Amino acid sequence: MNPNAIEVQSLTKQFGSFTAVNAISFEVAQGEIFGFLGANGAGKTTAIKILSGLLRPSSGKAQVAGYDIYRQTEQVKRHIGYMSQKFSLYGDLTVKENIWLYGGIYGIEPKVLRKKRDELIRRLHLEEVQDELVAGLPLGWRQKLAFSTALLHEPRIVFLDEPTGGVDPITRRQFWEMIYESAANGVTMFVTTHYMDEAEYCNRVSIMVDGRIEALGSPGQLKATYGAASMDEVFVRLARSHE
Amino acid sequence: MIEISQLHKQYGPVQALRGIDLTVKEGERFGLIGPDGAGKTTLIRILATLLLADKGSASVAGWDVVRDFRTIRKHLGYMPGTFSLYQDLSIEENLRLFATIFGTRLEDNYNLIEGIYSQIEPFKHRRAGALSGGMKQKLALSCALIHRPRVLLLDEPTTGVDAVSRREFWDMLDALKAEGITVFVSTPYMDEAARCERVALIQEGTILQVDSPAAIKASFPFDLLAIRGADTYQLLQDLRTFPFAHRVFPFGESIHLTDRRNTAFPAEVADFLTARGHQQVEIERTGATIEDAFMELMGNMQSAVSPSTPSRS
Repeated sequence: MNPNAIEVQSLTKQFGSFTAVNAISFEVAQGEIFGFLGANGAGKTTAIKILSGLLRPSSGKAQVAGYDIYRQTEQVKRHIGYMSQKFSLYGDLTVKENIWLYGGIYGIEPKVLRKKRDELIRRLHLEEVQDELVAGLPLGWRQKLAFSTALLHEPRIVFLDEPTGGVDPITRRQFWEMIYESAANGVTMFVTTHYMDEAEYCNRVSIMVDGRIEALGSPGQLKATYGAASMDEVFVRLARSHE
Repeated sequence: MIEISQLHKQYGPVQALRGIDLTVKEGERFGLIGPDGAGKTTLIRILATLLLADKGSASVAGWDVVRDFRTIRKHLGYMPGTFSLYQDLSIEENLRLFATIFGTRLEDNYNLIEGIYSQIEPFKHRRAGALSGGMKQKLALSCALIHRPRVLLLDEPTTGVDAVSRREFWDMLDALKAEGITVFVSTPYMDEAARCERVALIQEGTILQVDSPAAIKASFPFDLLAIRGADTYQLLQDLRTFPFAHRVFPFGESIHLTDRRNTAFPAEVADFLTARGHQQVEIERTGATIEDAFMELMGNMQSAVSPSTPSRS
């Protein structure tokens, strides 16, 4: 198995005359928590779409979970998980139905899936609400469930696209502990966030500005390089200097 | 300028507001800070005269939100949480429409919005639907100000916006301060409390505390230690087993620890961690942030429930 979960070389995506992603290169190790930061419109979403096999790049190379993102998009999709705050679970399905649906989509055998489902419900203390519609659950519960569901098919990488927006500070921290735990189990966490304190929780962080990766390193390294006290300061300095 | 007394609102089984009392002074910038589902939008919609409370009363500039809703609307600027301007009208058309509705003209109050509007004016013929998030925000704020309101209600203006645009938005509000407009603004970002004169921390329809950000931080009842080490996750696990640990939370690159004995004993914590194989641990006393205060208050609220069990309601 390739030790790197993600390898990207000169990846570029153009929409007409607009270059959304401009020759970015980076690697993410297996089990790493990688923060993928950037201002709105910097090109993060386009890059994530390419890395999850949903969008074909204009040029450059990328491998995700060892699969080529031009030729093996179906394999890529099988070996990654995805969760965003905006969309994750179906509100008009119950807790059990959501897990069943996602497990089924990823082709988990019913016998195995039943066991995994019950285990997950127990672990998240959701026994009492397992037959309730997801729409009626508090936001924090929904997010934990969505995260666990994204891990159901044991992907090598999970893309977390602003997973904690609007959540209360205690739940937000509990959520990050789930991220730590999964990373410790060897699953790569690829995270975008607008909370700069969360950037500090990542092993390494990249900051995208106008389609390019302008900075990449551990939070400690980046703060030292830019003489900044916090990641917020690093981010503001980089993003502002390019206006 | 805003008076709120024992306000209750229920949606089916969900209690959105459980007896809110608040007073906002004239010209003040007041922040309503809390996570999604805390009741922020419900409260703002009641003040905007768009929603009726079940119980309690509220007034804006001395007018009752139920009886005098027509008068209030003339003096209120409101920016809802979702972009609600006309997508198929241009920037300028939207602005003129709002001016006309309020019986004024773009030219009359131009000086009030100039600082904000001048940034998008070069694109004034562009359809609102084709604008970037930051530009939409500037247009929405311009429209909310076009009739020179006495009170501005802003419902999560910085949600989903990146850290740079968030700062710019607060800078725009700074510029309004001189105009004497009362600003009531909600946000889920705890760090934005610093940009308000006073804030109310709200959770599950209940106000946890109301004060200036400095006073809230100062009232934090514990000595706080910030602890750093090579392996933050392991550090977190081990600190949870520290016999006197009150609360242990990750905070950026460090971990915040409060001691049940109210006083911090850094040397004791250092010994405890060294005994568990942690090396190069840095421990220092630190001041509480708004987020520390919020979590402490929130933790007290649900202290009957174990931390791993999610609270419901």
